[in-house]
Amino acid sequence: MSSATLEALSHTLQEHLGDRVKSLKVALGEVTVEVDAADYLAVMQTLRDEPALSFEELIDLCGVDYSTYANAPRAGRRFAAVSHLISITRNWRLRVRCFAPDDDFPSVPSVTGVWNVADWFEREAFDLFGIVFPGHLDLRRILTDYGFIGHPFRKDFPISGYVEMRYDPDQQRVIYQPVTIEPREVTPRIVREATYGNVENA
Amino acid sequence: MPELRNFTLNFGPQHPAAHGVLRMVLELDGEVVMRADPHIGLLHRATEKLAETKTWIQSVPYMDRLDYMSMMCNEHAYCMAIERLLQIEVPIRAQYIRVMFDEITRILNHLLWVGCHGLDVGAMTMVLYAFREREDLVDAYEAVSGARMHAAYYRPGGVYRDLPDRMAQYKESKWKSAAQIKPFNEARGGSLLDFLDDFSSRFPKLLDEYETLLTDNRIWKQRLVDVGIVTPERALQRGFTGPMLRGSGIAWDLRKKQPYEVYDRVDFDIPVGKTGDSYDRYLVRMEEMRQSNRILKQCIDWLRQNPGPVMSDNHKVAAPSREAMKSNMEELIHHFKLCTEGMHVPEGEVYSAVEHPKGEFGIYVISDGANKPYRLKIRPPGYVHLSAMNEMVCGHMLADVVTIIGSQDVVFGEIDR
Repeated sequence: MSSATLEALSHTLQEHLGDRVKSLKVALGEVTVEVDAADYLAVMQTLRDEPALSFEELIDLCGVDYSTYANAPRAGRRFAAVSHLISITRNWRLRVRCFAPDDDFPSVPSVTGVWNVADWFEREAFDLFGIVFPGHLDLRRILTDYGFIGHPFRKDFPISGYVEMRYDPDQQRVIYQPVTIEPREVTPRIVREATYGNVENA
Repeated sequence: MPELRNFTLNFGPQHPAAHGVLRMVLELDGEVVMRADPHIGLLHRATEKLAETKTWIQSVPYMDRLDYMSMMCNEHAYCMAIERLLQIEVPIRAQYIRVMFDEITRILNHLLWVGCHGLDVGAMTMVLYAFREREDLVDAYEAVSGARMHAAYYRPGGVYRDLPDRMAQYKESKWKSAAQIKPFNEARGGSLLDFLDDFSSRFPKLLDEYETLLTDNRIWKQRLVDVGIVTPERALQRGFTGPMLRGSGIAWDLRKKQPYEVYDRVDFDIPVGKTGDSYDRYLVRMEEMRQSNRILKQCIDWLRQNPGPVMSDNHKVAAPSREAMKSNMEELIHHFKLCTEGMHVPEGEVYSAVEHPKGEFGIYVISDGANKPYRLKIRPPGYVHLSAMNEMVCGHMLADVVTIIGSQDVVFGEIDR
């Protein structure tokens, strides 16, 4: 988005959301707002219904687990639901981040009443991250196997999982057993100083 | 009087009309669908989690395998996300090549769609016709990348290499004589651009051919018209994008509204439907192929006249040439670092979206400054469209379910990820 649009959008956001916006960041041509879980639903409703904002479509909603961010111990909260909104009439985009207040039982209000499309996105975030969305009418697992245990996209879930499936010729059926492979990391994860990949530095 | 109960039917996952591994639990009252509950995830490979454990460049081939019917468009969104985080410029020639291949991909996808949709609904011939033309386009994929499907041709910073000067030719064998292969090789005498030029001048005629088969066909219309109507309001509520949204009458196309690469320099129109039924979505996609062909032509003309680099010269991102790597210390170090540790992407988050043949395909990445993404979220258009399945099929006949799956154009690589 052009810088004029970005400015107009941040101005309108501040005007209509007031102090419900905990932080507003403009970076890389995108606007990100952070809201509290308590205000989340009301903010989303305003974003859709306020004609000056008119975010008619929820493009995406996903869970994020911040527990190992930058390979450093984390002070803030762990789980967040991040949504991407788009306005067809105003042709702008917005990112809304809402941290779940409790790390042990992450919960964020459901926006399925505001945008019906949130249905499957919230089911996915529940399935993969274990974030619960009160107000969702049908919060079942969606992507993982029937009877799956755990939330695989959490950072403490190993990449190889805990169980594997194979056909057992003796019992003549498919069985689950503990995994026999070990996770292997070819290239370690490295976080360098902030200017490392910087183009001006090249 | 006996008690009457609704009949529950398991549709898929091995049903040929389920377009892959869709399992749908249908609740039927007689032959009328009362409720549809799609069960997905049978092809879930956790691409997003895998990407967190791979360096940035290693995830490019994973992108091909998402929507395995429009490979390069997936790569495009991913590479664009990285480029925006790094804030690097892509050379203009690479941008034109990307636009050209995006449109080739769109034609590839829509051809497969019209073929399979036809097959589902009972128009057997379409798939044979569509695959004949797809063959030429996958040959173009092969010419630039060596792979006919999973190209991994777009890279952060540009495209892997420039367009080749000559096309592969068919060779004489004991099954095909020289006289037999001669017509196949006719268009392959020159460069890839000549080959594509020949294709794009042939293609509108072929599209007319498809349309004579389908557009006014009585059976086709009986199966499609007024099936799966989505009003514009509902389309927005359900997050529709791409041909599904345009079929419902909303003129929204990222290539026009939020242009990326060089889409603001090419001339094309966006078709819009009227009623939002399956037939409108069919018409929209057919017209999109014509428009893609127009863009293809413009890109060919530009690319013929403007040689230049196709990859960024920033060696923190793009590997140096082999020659430079073997003669200079600096380039050797860059090459070594890139091929072992990989590039580092500055801290930040970005959402980059492209107008994928199926709708808006988005990549949301969070980088914490490491050589791997911290979190990668893929926004698959098909996933969103399939989530509206229950709403679209309710009250329709069982046979219409197949039509609606077809008109949604679902591919399970991207839905299950």
